[in-house]
Parts: sequence; C-alpha cells; structure tokens
Amino acid sequence: MGRSFVIIDNAASPQPAVSYKSMATVTSPEKMLEHRKPHRLQSGKTLAVLALLLAVVAIGSAAIGSYPISLHDWWSVLRAPSAGGTAEIVLLQIRLPRLLACILVGSGLALAGASYQGLFNNPMVSPDILGASAGAGLGAAVGILLGFDFVAIQSLSFAGGLVAVLLAWALASGLCRRGDPVLMLVLVGILIGSMFTALISLTKYLADPMNKLPAITFWLLGSFASITHRDVLLAGVPIAAGCIPLLLLRWRLNVLCMGEQEARTLGMNTRAMRFTVIVCATLITAASVSICGMVGWIGLVVPHLARMVVGPNHKFLLPAAAIMGGCFLLLVDDVARTAGALEIPVGILTALIGAPFFLFLLMRERRHKS
Amino acid sequence: MNLTLDHVTGGYGSRTVVDDVSFTLHPGEVVCLLGANGCGKTTLFKLILCLLRPRLGCVRLGEENIADWSRSRLARAFGYVPQVHIPPFAFEVREIVLMARAAHLAPFASPGKEDRRIADEALDYLGILHLASARYTEISGGERQLVLIARALAQQAQWLILDEPAANLDLGNQIKVFRAINYLAKTGLGVLMTTHVPDHAFLHATRVVLMSEGRILAMDTPANALTEPMLLKAYGVQVSVVEIGAQAGIKPGTKVVVPNQM
Repeated sequence: MGRSFVIIDNAASPQPAVSYKSMATVTSPEKMLEHRKPHRLQSGKTLAVLALLLAVVAIGSAAIGSYPISLHDWWSVLRAPSAGGTAEIVLLQIRLPRLLACILVGSGLALAGASYQGLFNNPMVSPDILGASAGAGLGAAVGILLGFDFVAIQSLSFAGGLVAVLLAWALASGLCRRGDPVLMLVLVGILIGSMFTALISLTKYLADPMNKLPAITFWLLGSFASITHRDVLLAGVPIAAGCIPLLLLRWRLNVLCMGEQEARTLGMNTRAMRFTVIVCATLITAASVSICGMVGWIGLVVPHLARMVVGPNHKFLLPAAAIMGGCFLLLVDDVARTAGALEIPVGILTALIGAPFFLFLLMRERRHKS
Repeated sequence: MNLTLDHVTGGYGSRTVVDDVSFTLHPGEVVCLLGANGCGKTTLFKLILCLLRPRLGCVRLGEENIADWSRSRLARAFGYVPQVHIPPFAFEVREIVLMARAAHLAPFASPGKEDRRIADEALDYLGILHLASARYTEISGGERQLVLIARALAQQAQWLILDEPAANLDLGNQIKVFRAINYLAKTGLGVLMTTHVPDHAFLHATRVVLMSEGRILAMDTPANALTEPMLLKAYGVQVSVVEIGAQAGIKPGTKVVVPNQM
C-alpha cells in the first residue's frame, strides 16, 4: 500500500528522461535566502528555557508577600522541613498551595485556550466559549445561595461547568445534521453561556444582600486567597486528566486547523477528536473555576503570546502555552497579593492586564504584517 | 486498483445533486471532470471521498466498497487537493505538508524523521523545497497550490483528487501545476480533477467526464467528449472547437475552444 512516488522503471509507461524537478520552478538566489531565515524558536530548548523561567517565577513568588521570606529562610525550611517556624508555615501551608493552584489553573486554562483556538480554527476563541465558566459560576452561585459548605459549592460548580458544555454539545449535535458543525457549536455555546450568565444574575438578585450577595460577587471575581492543599488536590485531578490527553493529541490539532472537511480527507476522525478536546478543556475550565472563581483572559491571551515565541505548530505551542500560562498567573497573583493593602481579586487583574496586553499583541501583529 | 462508481446517487436532504453516475477510472489516467456551475462536480467529489454518503449505489476501490472504511484508510487511498484557502495560523510550509502523515501515524504520535524525509521529498519533487520553512500564509497562490499537491503526495495515496487545481493561478503556475500532475500520472497515480477550462482537458486529460445537472453527458477521450454540440448542451453557449495548425512546440492535433461571435 505504501507506494512511494519516486519514479519506478516501468515498461508499460515510458518514463520521461528528465525528472519533473528539473523542469519545475527555478528559484532566484535572493528568494531562497529570504525564505531561509529562521524566524521561530521552535525546539525543545525553548521549552526548557520557559520551564526554567517558570521555576524562577515560582520561587520568587514564594518569597514575596506580606511576610517576606529571605533566601536564608528558604534554606532553613528546605534543610529541616518540620521544624515549625513561621517561615515554614507561611511557605508550606499558605504560599505553596497558592503557587500550585496558580500554576495548575494558569497552565490548564492556557492549554485549554490554545487547544480551543486550534479546534475552532479561530484565534479569538477562549476556553469559556462553550459556556464552561458560566456554568461553573452558576453552580457556585447556587451553592452559596443555598448555604452549602465549601466542598459542596466546589462540586456544584464543577458539575455546572460540565452540564453547560454537555448541553451545548447535545443541542449543536441535534441541530446540525448537515452544514458546519464547528460554527453551530460556537453559536450554541455563546447562547448557553449568556443564558447561564443571566441565571447567575438571577441568583444574585435572589441572594441575601447582607452576606450571600457579597460572597457570590467576591467568589465570581476570582481569588486564590483561601486556597488550601485540599483544593489543589481536588482540582489537580480533573485538570491533569484534561491536560494529559490534550498534550498527547497536540500534533493532530494542526490538521484540524485546515478546516473540518480537509481534516477528514487527511485521515482525521474529526468528530471523535472534537469530542475529546472539548471534554478535556471542559474538565480543566470547570475545575479551575471551581477552586478560584472566574479568572478570564488567560486562555485567550497566553496562547497568542506562546504563538509569538514558538509559532503555531501545536506540538510546541501547547507545552509553551501551558508553561507561560503558569508564569502569567503567578505574576498576576503576585500583583494581587502585594499591590494594595487589601488583596485585589485576581479576575479583575487578569482582565485589566489581559485586555491592554491583547491590544498590544494585535498592534504588534499588524505592524509585522505591513 | 480501479476506482469504480456504481450507480451513485446522492445529495443534501431531499435534494438530489448527483444522479445515477457510473464510471471506472484506471491508475495512470488523468481524467478531467467538466460541467457548468452547480452541475454536481463538488458533490461527486464528496461522494468519492466519503464526505457524503451515497443514497443509492456505491464507490468501490478494486472490489471493495469504501463506504465503511476508516478516515485514515480513505486518506491512504485518496490524496485530496482542495482549492487553496488560507488557514488562520501562519504554519510553515513543511508543517502543512507533514499534516499528510496523520493517516499513517498512531493517534498520539507526531511526525518523525522518516515523515519529515517524505515531506521534504514531496516538496523537492515539485521543485519547492526552498519554501519548506517559509510561512504558508506569506507565499503566493501558485506556490500554495503546489504545496497542497506536495501534501497529497506525502499522503502516499494511489489516487489524486484535485478540485480546480488551476483556479486562481497565473499562466506560468497553471502550466507548472499541470506538468506536475501529468508527471505524477506517468508514475502510476490515478488523477481525477475538475476544471472550468475545456482547453486544459484537451491538453492534459486522457479522458473527460462531462456532467450536466447531476448526470453524465459524455465520458470519452477529450476529442470525442468535448464536441461543439456537447459543450452547447453542458454550458448552454455556442462555441467552436478549433484544431490548431501544426507548429513547432505544439502537440499535433491540439484543440482549443473559442466562443462564437454574437
């Protein structure tokens, strides 16, 4: 079956004396040079440098805060991990879970965003396009409204995210017997998202304005302030369960970027691929929202940043986006913790930093093109 | 292995677009599919590529009905060259060609050294290896068309299905693309392509399928199929088919289609 297209001497059809190549394009030397210039840092080395950067940012983030930790403290905690000093409690009980949560959520959302942008063949898509975060937000808001305990609120939030996306998938599959399934999915997703957002507003309207309304509002703004080791573990499992298949399938996302039909003629089972990517990204997004509230913009902005560094090939883009997403959220959370006397909700900061940053990226791209 | 369409009927919803089409193609042939806009050429391609299920009849490769083949098995049989469009991301040319290897790789795998060699060989074969690390979004339309043909080659399929490979190309690039296609047919690939220009069929096709309103009007050599009455029937315009006199550098007996004066 695997025939090569190299000419085989075949008596039945006389072969031309020259190969096709020799009569094909003759390229001018200037043109060859122009296309030779390397313009992307596309290698394992770049990823290693990014990973190193993440480690540095993580260690730096652990050191700063209302209780600064010196290098000496670091060393003593590492040498005797159960001595029980203040530095150790701050580092291991407060900062460490927070750092881990930032890395998990930042990496997960950036990875989900990059996957969605490839899947939907659209660089303007973010992981909440199918209503995952609106659903998770609603779940949490209802949990708070009904006075559930923290674990129940988180579980309800996670379930809400899954339900929203499941609804979008089912409706889109039902509506779209023919035509473009991807477009239908996006349209239905936006619909479900805005419906769930309206339901969030309804729970707020119904909530007791003295204690429950502020709780819902603050929760939706997003924060890492009350993260514990248990939260990290609870969210870590679904986030990892979503990230691993995406990373394994990442090269195939390239093929999806050529569009539904072309991808099928290239040998892809697009429906199965779409389903897998959506399930994985939804696990990540719902789990993220369930522990830290709605933190927007990361899934949209970071993939662009990563694409500028390693190019659009998902084989490199996905790991790069994941590492840079972790870095980005760590840095934003550092600002949230240290900028004011009171902590600023991290969701506000990601939007405040993300939106202008995105504008900058768009302007840069435009300048590059002209 | 021959490609056989056996009384294939298909369409969208209740609308029939391709109506009872039967023909057999042989490896090494270059077959041009001609017909007016909306006559069912694209739908016929979709039926052959299993993007659309035939309502009646079947498509066979050798003796096997391909209706239940997996996508990857189909992709190893048919290399499809779509009309050029620009993806939203600036992939490198080599990355575009490597996508052809999806049908040969396990789900979690990504292309390795051997796949890169095959991709580069395909690019080299079409004389565009120097474009390998250029961005697909920044090269010319003709170069993009050649890249898509290279990708179909890297797919290592026995059949090449091309959707208007000459559309949007300048004269030089048209000739380059057709030379490449002819050469590939000589290596034993079967070629089926659509075109809007009967002259292309006269120059390059071994056989022609002329379609009208979902049915086959004629299936024969270009000279026999593309006659003045047939072209009138297919396109609804009066044309003359003219044989060009013997000249140095022109294949003897070459015909062209010229519209009649009003």
